[in-house]
Amino acid sequence: MTASKPGLRPPAAESGGDPVAPALLLRGVVKRFGPFTAVDGLDLEVPRGIVLGLLGPNGAGKSTTMRMLTAQSVADEGEISILGHRIPEESKWARARMGVVPQHDNLDEELTVEQNLRMFTFLYRVPRRLRGEAIARALRLAQLEGRGDSLVEDLSGGMRRRLLIVRALMHRPELVLMDEPTVGLDPQVRQDLWGVIDALRQEGATVLMSTHYIEEAERLSDEVALMAAGKVVERGTPADLVAKYAGRNVEEYTPGDGGADALEQLVRNHGLPTRRTGTTVSVLRAEEIPESLRSRLPVPQRRDSTLEDVFVTLTGESFD
Amino acid sequence: MADLMNQNRRDARPAEHTRPGRFEPGAVLGVVAREWILYTQSWRSTTFAAVVEPTLYLLCFGFGMGALVGTLAGYSYIDFLGTGIVAVSVMFQSMMPAVINTFIKRRFLHTYEGILAAPVDVREVVTGEALWLALRSGVYGCVPLLVAIAFGLRPGPGALLVPFIAFLAGFAFALFGIWISAVISSVRSMDYVFSGLFTPLFLVAGTFFPVTELPSWVQLLASANPLYHAVELVRGAVFGGIGAGRVLAHVGVLLAFTALMWFLASHRMRRRVVS
Repeated sequence: MTASKPGLRPPAAESGGDPVAPALLLRGVVKRFGPFTAVDGLDLEVPRGIVLGLLGPNGAGKSTTMRMLTAQSVADEGEISILGHRIPEESKWARARMGVVPQHDNLDEELTVEQNLRMFTFLYRVPRRLRGEAIARALRLAQLEGRGDSLVEDLSGGMRRRLLIVRALMHRPELVLMDEPTVGLDPQVRQDLWGVIDALRQEGATVLMSTHYIEEAERLSDEVALMAAGKVVERGTPADLVAKYAGRNVEEYTPGDGGADALEQLVRNHGLPTRRTGTTVSVLRAEEIPESLRSRLPVPQRRDSTLEDVFVTLTGESFD
Repeated sequence: MADLMNQNRRDARPAEHTRPGRFEPGAVLGVVAREWILYTQSWRSTTFAAVVEPTLYLLCFGFGMGALVGTLAGYSYIDFLGTGIVAVSVMFQSMMPAVINTFIKRRFLHTYEGILAAPVDVREVVTGEALWLALRSGVYGCVPLLVAIAFGLRPGPGALLVPFIAFLAGFAFALFGIWISAVISSVRSMDYVFSGLFTPLFLVAGTFFPVTELPSWVQLLASANPLYHAVELVRGAVFGGIGAGRVLAHVGVLLAFTALMWFLASHRMRRRVVS
């Protein structure tokens, strides 16, 4: 596909996109930066009304994908459509119907919370009579009622992030893109933010959220797309993916004196997947370890399987 | 949180989506509205700079040089300088923030990432930013004229056109500044801009002395300087005695410069913010 200028062509359907089209559709999308291929044949379809977590380590291509969806980066190859609008040609029409939560905090610090929100009622063309209501709703969603007159520079990190999220919701978007919405926040503040995303789900919005926090993707997503080296390597509900690739439990063995290689080989000979972290061998689908094998293994540490086990099994890569 | 969710369910209803057009005044006004809100927080310092700087120029040059020069090109020096400073003030009020603020917003504050995530395109951002600076220049550009009037300048009725001339020149210079901000790649490059571009522009424009006193090749360069045309328009409006043909020529040059800068600024800014 030849790179086009974003937002300059009229929409294919003057009625506002295809009403039965998926919220997001990416087919064979490629994005290169010089010799580096950031997104490499990405296929992804997101139906309406779900929260999809785009999970992958740093450098997997998540942020580049997000930028292509807002037409701030143009794909070298492939097709992208959002709510039935072709991207980048009809990006402006798509952006009128979606909200974008950026990775970078770009709130205006010298302004108040209310002023930051008001600015975006103008940019999203919220009708004058609905502006006050939109701001009140955003303050409620962000749990910032009573802080409308506070300067942004006086807010805590968590409050700022909540404000950044609801700023993208002033026009009640059908689709919300969140690029690493909780990156850099401490765990307590992150969990606090999850409430806002839960509330969005309650409203029926479609959410695409990129993250490299496993527990965040598991906790918030209806489905997870695992991304590595610029493409989606697997997709499904967190529970299904874990059951399919890692089973119910993982057993971790730490044999001494270089025994890890031998132990890993022994387990693999019995058809069970493993992953290595230093000298520790983690055996996935541990509930399937036969007694004949178990009797030859040392005493393990047992834990529940996680999406990270799935990801490492599928890609060989680990998270930071 | 349960209360919040219940509240949200009560809130849930279809959004009122406004269908965007190809180039929308609404989007441009959104960008201008954003600047207006920011201005409400910073108007004191902005106004201070806009008033004090041209006043000092007028006081120092007007009385200092004026005592030595007497008359220049048929005007008293304070009249000559007072009208010239209007256009220079417009250039500084529009081009400087266009270069500096636009660069900072793009490179460090990620402001345009936020704006362009809304249904606003690069041309609308560029137009809105320039429009705001032009509006500001249209108002603040009159300050030196008022100061000069206080010091004895006697304007004709055409002086009422000065805000409009200041607006047009401010729009052109703001677009020029936005283009430069999208061309330069670091804060250090601004030294080249200020010393290598601003200074010659403002010295070779008929502000402090008539360009007719300069060598012919410099006069030729001056005729390509948009500030020279803004100075001539302001002076002509305030004192009259300028023919319709010359007015059209000066306005035509400023309009052509505006159109060229709008195209260049939009194109270059798109290359900066869209990868």
